[in-house]
Amino acid sequence: MAPDNLVEIENVVFGYGARPVLKGVNLTARRGQVVAIMGNSGCGKTTLLRLIGGQLKPSQGTVKVAGESVADLDQAGLYRLRRKMGMLFQFGALFTDMTVFDNVAFQLREHTDLPEDAIRDLVLMKLHAVGLRGAAGLMPAELSGGMARRVALARAIALDPMLIMYDEPFAGLDPISLGVTGNLIRRLTDTLGLTSLVVTHDVQESLKIVDYVYFVSEGVIEAEGTPDQIRASTLPFVHQFVHGEVDGPVPFHYPAPPYAEDLGLSAGHA
Amino acid sequence: MLKSAITRLGHRVLDAVWRIGFAARFFVATVFRSGTAFTRLGLTIREIYFSGVLSLIIILVSGLFVGMVLGLQGYDTLQRYGSESALGSLVALSLVRELGPVLAALLFASRAGSAITAEIGLMKATEQLSAMEMMAVDPIARVVAPRFWAGIISMPLLAALFSATGIFGGYLVGVQLIGVDEGSFWSQMQSAVDFQEDIVNGVIKSVVFGVAVTAIALFEGYDAPPTAEGVSGATTRTVVTSSLVVLALDFVLTAIMFRGVS
Repeated sequence: MAPDNLVEIENVVFGYGARPVLKGVNLTARRGQVVAIMGNSGCGKTTLLRLIGGQLKPSQGTVKVAGESVADLDQAGLYRLRRKMGMLFQFGALFTDMTVFDNVAFQLREHTDLPEDAIRDLVLMKLHAVGLRGAAGLMPAELSGGMARRVALARAIALDPMLIMYDEPFAGLDPISLGVTGNLIRRLTDTLGLTSLVVTHDVQESLKIVDYVYFVSEGVIEAEGTPDQIRASTLPFVHQFVHGEVDGPVPFHYPAPPYAEDLGLSAGHA
Repeated sequence: MLKSAITRLGHRVLDAVWRIGFAARFFVATVFRSGTAFTRLGLTIREIYFSGVLSLIIILVSGLFVGMVLGLQGYDTLQRYGSESALGSLVALSLVRELGPVLAALLFASRAGSAITAEIGLMKATEQLSAMEMMAVDPIARVVAPRFWAGIISMPLLAALFSATGIFGGYLVGVQLIGVDEGSFWSQMQSAVDFQEDIVNGVIKSVVFGVAVTAIALFEGYDAPPTAEGVSGATTRTVVTSSLVVLALDFVLTAIMFRGVS
């Protein structure tokens, strides 16, 4: 194992019930990198994050974080590892019964014995890092979508994790929030010495900020490379994805019986 | 056709068995991971406020009216036999033994139980429980257990308050309005109600109902499909299931407790 790999996924197979989602995925994330996992909706990107976080267990293969096999840890071991991970959920998943301040303070209060003064300073520092120190007293319902996600990011970095996983951080954001979020991911990764895994289907925004890209399709890694390699790629799937073409290897139509047959038209009349 | 009907039935039975098993494991996990609910009492007290204190209005108003109706109906029947002085004991015994625990539990299920299910179901649907797990905080210990113990603590207190206001309602109608002798109203009540047989048994009932209603509400919320229909269905099931369970348990407990009591 190379010591600078923080996340190592080897030959992971996983399915929900009889439906296979991942069919042998290999992926590594080196320390200090921003790694993007891209693919069309429902291709198993979020499942990968849940496997890394230990919320799901692979049916085959291993998922290692910082050299530890996640699936082999007991609950105490898993919780110990999770304290060093942050996860940003798609819609923030802020606790709606707490203020922004209490949301960010949550982990500090749960996992440390820090006095309230110290917690206050830390929370304000984290909120300042995402530009929302002034929103500390607001409730989550009073935030816009972009702000909620930034608060969730402040909450994710509260305990200074070594790894942050972002589940669709760009989904549903206006262009300004989009740029702000992308910028934050890059800046936090560099200044805090984190490793970031970004699950996304926003190609243009993520190619600006990431170091390495994995494309997932049909449960396998279809392509991988640096942003420049991806932009120059001639693989049909990658080309379709990067340029947002309607039809290609990923068909526009969900599998269906022939159109004419469905409309009840016989061959002679069609 | 028949085969698919049998298959469907089989699936339903298997699902039901699986759900009962899951509910049992959930209940055991909640009890075993209750440490936080006691070491951090603030969490439990907050939930007592939401489930217990905020249920007070409906409990007190209902108790008062049930007591007043008991006073009216009881007087009407008793006076035919010239024993209207027994009104106090009739009102008190009906409330303390049965109506207090049962009606308070039914009201608790619809007021607090439904709120618990909806809250936990929505926390699950908006990934708050997942987020908590990813932050290495056990949602069962942090969210479920404090609500569970808050329900168990609140329920007997609510039932006692229901009975107390009910007795006051019976007094208002019986003594103040109709004119039953005040002395005999209270003294008959005092001699008829036994601490062990009536009050303690009533408290036991309300504790059991508290466990049942809160456990059902928590489980339904935790198990709710993370969609709008899922949460609304779970909330309905909480009220229906816990009401039926309360009535069934009441019959069983009454049969055990008051077998030898005249």
